[in-house]
Amino acid sequence: MTILTQELRDKILSYVPKYPNKRAVTLPALHIVHDALRHVPHEAIVEIAELLELHPSEVYDTMTFYEFFKGEGERLGKTRLWICRGLACMLRGAYELIEQAEQYLGIRCGQTTPDGQVTLEFAECIGACDGAPACLRNDVHVMNMNVEKLNNLLRELKNL
Amino acid sequence: MVSTMNYEPVLLARINKPRSQQLEGYRQDGGYETFARVLREMKPEEVVARVKESGLRGRGGAGFPTGIKWAFLPKNHPGPVYLAVNADESEPCTYNNRILMEKDPHQVLEGVLISSYAIQARVAFFYIRYEYGDAYRILHESIDELYQSGLLGQNILNSGYSLDIVLHRGAGAYICGEETGLIESLEGKRAWPRIKPPFPAVEGAFRKPTIVNNVETLACVTQIMRRGVEWFRSLGVPPDPKNPRDLGSYGPKLYTLAGHVNEPKCVELPMGVTVRELVERYGGGVWKGRKAKAVNPGGISMGFLRCDLPLKNGEGTEYDIPLDFNGPGRAGCLGLGTGAVTVIDDQTSMIDVVHNVCQFFSHESCGQCTPCREGTGWMLKIMERLRRGRGRREDLDILLDVAERIGIIPGTTICGLADGAGWPVKTAIRKFRDEFEAAIREGKVSRYVRPLEVVATH
Repeated sequence: MTILTQELRDKILSYVPKYPNKRAVTLPALHIVHDALRHVPHEAIVEIAELLELHPSEVYDTMTFYEFFKGEGERLGKTRLWICRGLACMLRGAYELIEQAEQYLGIRCGQTTPDGQVTLEFAECIGACDGAPACLRNDVHVMNMNVEKLNNLLRELKNL
Repeated sequence: MVSTMNYEPVLLARINKPRSQQLEGYRQDGGYETFARVLREMKPEEVVARVKESGLRGRGGAGFPTGIKWAFLPKNHPGPVYLAVNADESEPCTYNNRILMEKDPHQVLEGVLISSYAIQARVAFFYIRYEYGDAYRILHESIDELYQSGLLGQNILNSGYSLDIVLHRGAGAYICGEETGLIESLEGKRAWPRIKPPFPAVEGAFRKPTIVNNVETLACVTQIMRRGVEWFRSLGVPPDPKNPRDLGSYGPKLYTLAGHVNEPKCVELPMGVTVRELVERYGGGVWKGRKAKAVNPGGISMGFLRCDLPLKNGEGTEYDIPLDFNGPGRAGCLGLGTGAVTVIDDQTSMIDVVHNVCQFFSHESCGQCTPCREGTGWMLKIMERLRRGRGRREDLDILLDVAERIGIIPGTTICGLADGAGWPVKTAIRKFRDEFEAAIREGKVSRYVRPLEVVATH
């Protein structure tokens, strides 16, 4: 029994011809698995390594460098909401938004609500400074936030 | 002083058009005619020479001349040679590349095609930061359009030249914008920058010669090849005779406004607009009727300007510094950086600002070099102490000492991240020392301090 479905394996392998070596497929493979399983469990690391002819420790080494990837036991909630705390957002109220989100959800940044609906994160500058303060809903910018809009967004995400 | 009145945008000319992303519209506006002409009529080395003549300097932060970088490639190399597009735009307060990729991706991609041809790359890796999800999906579609119309793939337009573009997604790490960090990340490893030399042009991705260019730089290549070297050199400022190392700042530049301005937006102007003009005329002035106290002239790595600090030679204050490659350096900043201008109003504490900056670099230091990994962490701890009103007089000198000692300029680290971490700290303390000392004396507690620390689990 393997953790990666044939579909996921095929998707990973479809990246191999694009690069001069298989190791370069590490990040695409981690993204594919992370998107599908909402984390990258140990078993998946072993299977990615087999597909790319690497040692599991090499995949693990790369994965843990990018705090973006969640490992075994760190499964993400249904939505991952990042609140930018970069300078441009901080100057326009980001810290207040982070505090509000933590209070509303009853969790700290880096944690997931017990119902599994939302993982809250702070982000370093997400490049949406023309709409500061801004958030990233999974990988989509939500700009020109304020406390009221944030509350509406959080309510929506809790009930998705 | 450079005149910015009546300047018609070129790089941003198409961004407000409906469906500006689509190939069809781009071609109606003459898109890819330049690439087709280059392919038909020019040798690769002629393109390199043209870009060199234009004086184009990289828009990603370091300002290295693009044509000279290309000319570093070994001659008659059997290949492969790679182009790596640096779309990891992560310098805080910078978003010009995002605007280009989201609103006019084909202008960027035409630059990728022309540049790849110039350096004879058969594969271009387009490394885009994860946080730009919309830009990623738009580029994905644009690249598909190019394959379908025969502008990518084998034997493009029957020229015998073939090119593939591989879109590669990052995973939220600032260091991937450093060109060798980007290469390591592309290769599937942790993004630890490499010791240089060898420079990537000699030994880069997959141990092959590689040119790493920024998105805006590549859009400039499109326009230089389309409108000519004379057009490009007619904009901007020539070398400063007082600075023998200045190579001039030619062409248009995308400046991004952020922070306490009325209209935070991306503006295209000829190089050399002053901070004052950019903020007051193009950014609608400082918000809430306040005054600008400090400005960060090019992404936070560049340090801070103090708006009321007079310049030598009676040329006004630091607020009047021109935003060309040479300008910010005259006010003690590291350089022009990305051209991202962030305004800080007179109601904001510089202690909070510097704390935020230290928080960023401490989080984003890749951990490879000890002075940076430890230095950025200690600077943050000291700033946290200041923020809590428990600063000590000697803290300011310790901060300056750390800031001076980390980086490639003092020679203690592999890459420039640490220089970027030091510069905002030392410029802020030197220029606003009175404010820092008063805060220490009075034990002033920041409005952001909470009884319990936010647990940094990320």
